[in-house]
Amino acid sequence: MITLRVDGQDITASPGQTILEAAVAAGIRIPTLCHLKGLTPRGACRICLVEVKNWNGRLVPACATPAEQGLDIVAHSQRLRDLRRTILELLFAERNHVCAFCVSNGHCELQTLAAEHGMEHVRFPYRFPALPLDASHPKYGIDHSRCVLCGRCVRACSEVEGAMTWGFSGRGIHTLVEADLGDPWGKSKTCTGCGKCVQACPTGALFERGKATSEQVKKGELVAEVTERRPRVQG
Amino acid sequence: MREHKIPVTRVEGHGLITIHLDDRGQVAQARFHVTEARGFERFCQGRTVWEMPGITARICGICPVSHLLASAKAGDAILGVRPPRPADKLRRLMNLGQFIQSHALSFFHLSSPDLLLGWDADPAQRHIFGVAQAHPQIALDGIRLRAFGQEIIETLGGKRVHPAWAVPGGVNAPLTPEGRDRLATKLPEARRIAQDALALYEKNVPNWAEQVETFGNFPSLFLSLVTPEGSWEHHDGVIRVVDSNRRIVADGLLPARYFEYIGEAVEEWSYLKFPYYKPWGYPEGLYRVGPLARLNCCDRMGTPWADEALKHFRALAAGKAVTSSFHYHYARLIEALAAVEQVGTYLEDPELLSPRIRAEAGINELEGVGIHEAPRGTLIHHYKVDEFGVIRGVNLIVSTGHNNLAMNRTVAQIAEHYLQGETTIPEGLLNRLEGGIRAYDPCLSCSVHAAGRLGLRVVLVGPEGQVLDEKVSAP
Ligand code: SF4
Ligand code: SF4
Ligand code: FES
Repeated sequence: MITLRVDGQDITASPGQTILEAAVAAGIRIPTLCHLKGLTPRGACRICLVEVKNWNGRLVPACATPAEQGLDIVAHSQRLRDLRRTILELLFAERNHVCAFCVSNGHCELQTLAAEHGMEHVRFPYRFPALPLDASHPKYGIDHSRCVLCGRCVRACSEVEGAMTWGFSGRGIHTLVEADLGDPWGKSKTCTGCGKCVQACPTGALFERGKATSEQVKKGELVAEVTERRPRVQG
Repeated sequence: MREHKIPVTRVEGHGLITIHLDDRGQVAQARFHVTEARGFERFCQGRTVWEMPGITARICGICPVSHLLASAKAGDAILGVRPPRPADKLRRLMNLGQFIQSHALSFFHLSSPDLLLGWDADPAQRHIFGVAQAHPQIALDGIRLRAFGQEIIETLGGKRVHPAWAVPGGVNAPLTPEGRDRLATKLPEARRIAQDALALYEKNVPNWAEQVETFGNFPSLFLSLVTPEGSWEHHDGVIRVVDSNRRIVADGLLPARYFEYIGEAVEEWSYLKFPYYKPWGYPEGLYRVGPLARLNCCDRMGTPWADEALKHFRALAAGKAVTSSFHYHYARLIEALAAVEQVGTYLEDPELLSPRIRAEAGINELEGVGIHEAPRGTLIHHYKVDEFGVIRGVNLIVSTGHNNLAMNRTVAQIAEHYLQGETTIPEGLLNRLEGGIRAYDPCLSCSVHAAGRLGLRVVLVGPEGQVLDEKVSAP
């Protein structure tokens, strides 16, 4: 058993647990975005940054950093709040988020985080990129304008469904998630239509066709329910 | 150049009027310019048809409900479905709420200062607060009636109107028994206020003879939805066109084929297009929409009190069409009463509590038109989509657009009447121009899709093109 300290509170962790998992188990909430219980950690968004005092105040992603004996961690401070807010502003400035008529309005993890961090406006110029919306799938659609490149869809599809439909194309700011090798989603030969990616997606980027403004509620917790019910395969 | 400000401006949106004088100082031409570009149609490209009600409802803050409903209807057409009957009734109930609140706002808050205090009353008093001092009961009534309309909308769609309440195929929530009961308790007062306002208007008509003559009094066509039987209609039905004799020029026109009978002319001095009745050509095909047109077009209102009022209205023109735009105010009050009466009928209808309110379907048509009567007039949403329901083309004709030609004609008539050789803009002219435009209750904010500053700018131009005077009515 490992013991560590988060925001002045002594907590325990079992070997292999991340800082985030240990904190959550102890009832300490750390904000996350790219992380989803049931999927492997990716450390893509940096919203879960925490400060490790005994590593010279280094900032590490709580979701992807193993808990270690004796760590003294700050998970909530004005500095962290400012950093998280800045990350959120950059995410909003990067693509086109018009919450007022988004399918996920009111049920969106990005929007909730922004509200929690007091993000009333964005200090960076919006890029307004022209990004496609692919509604070719009979059941679902993807609006790249609302994608934060968290990769939850990619991981849900490969790790849980095993279809490996989704992947990333392009680099940096030009990255897009794409089905198969860039085919319209509706033409995908690998997609089983299970919808796990849609449920895993934290924003309105992936949605069920026919949903109007605010009607898209996601059930991201389904991913962990499915994986926990599964017999563990050794390998 | 002098700038003259009046304290409260009551035209929603923003526009410019130019008056051109000839060598003899007479009005040669007057124009109502709408000066903002439309970016909205392009903005919708690439969105899904299911998002359109939410998008269009958020584009204009003045009449979100109207866009919501017209957009949902265009969506119905693309899905190829007819919404379940309860959904149709619920949409109608919401629209009636919108009529009540919008007409109350137009009459009491925006127009009653001119109508009751006079166009030449001290500008510092000529606003709703001035009315509240001189006629406290009327001001209070206005607030109460508007609140009733808003409460209907909120009871159905939630605060700020849930942008997905109306969706392609129907609506997403029915009326609750509690909501119904709450509204029912307020119905008698709403009816009393609508009746009192109408009586007040009828009593005062003789005092407004000059305005009735000059605020857009000219023969024209009138266009609106009517039921297939010819009754007053606001959410479905067919298009009827009548002339100034109330002779039916065309009837039973299919909304989906509006482009066959409505043309849209473009003038370089206005971003707002000029719709006209195609068979009569441009600009002879000038028609008016909105309350005045709906009353001139329909055979009957369909509810007892409003039908009684319609008789008095018809008597104004001996059964022919009422051709003065001033009487938009009159028509609005009759519609407010009709709306209150119809709300009463719906509140007794158990179908409005039904959970069968949404028809689900895929994309069955690549084009869809939704025509709907907004309080201000006929509203057309026309979408083209690809096979997946992604928007490829949008055309909107809003009521202010339909009335564009008529508003221009009105501005010219008022300028000719009140400008007699002056080279400055008399205070009285500014107010009357505003009053003339306001009779149409235009919403410039959605017709140009820009959240422009409120205010009307009037520029007087001499024969050499020199600016003689300029005045602004500012918020
Ligand atoms: S995905 Fe979330 S943040 Fe983006 S527009 Fe939709 S509700 Fe707003
Ligand atoms: S589509 Fe959704 S889940 Fe996939 S990367 Fe984008 S935001 Fe994340
Ligand atoms: S949640 Fe940890 S990096 Fe995204």
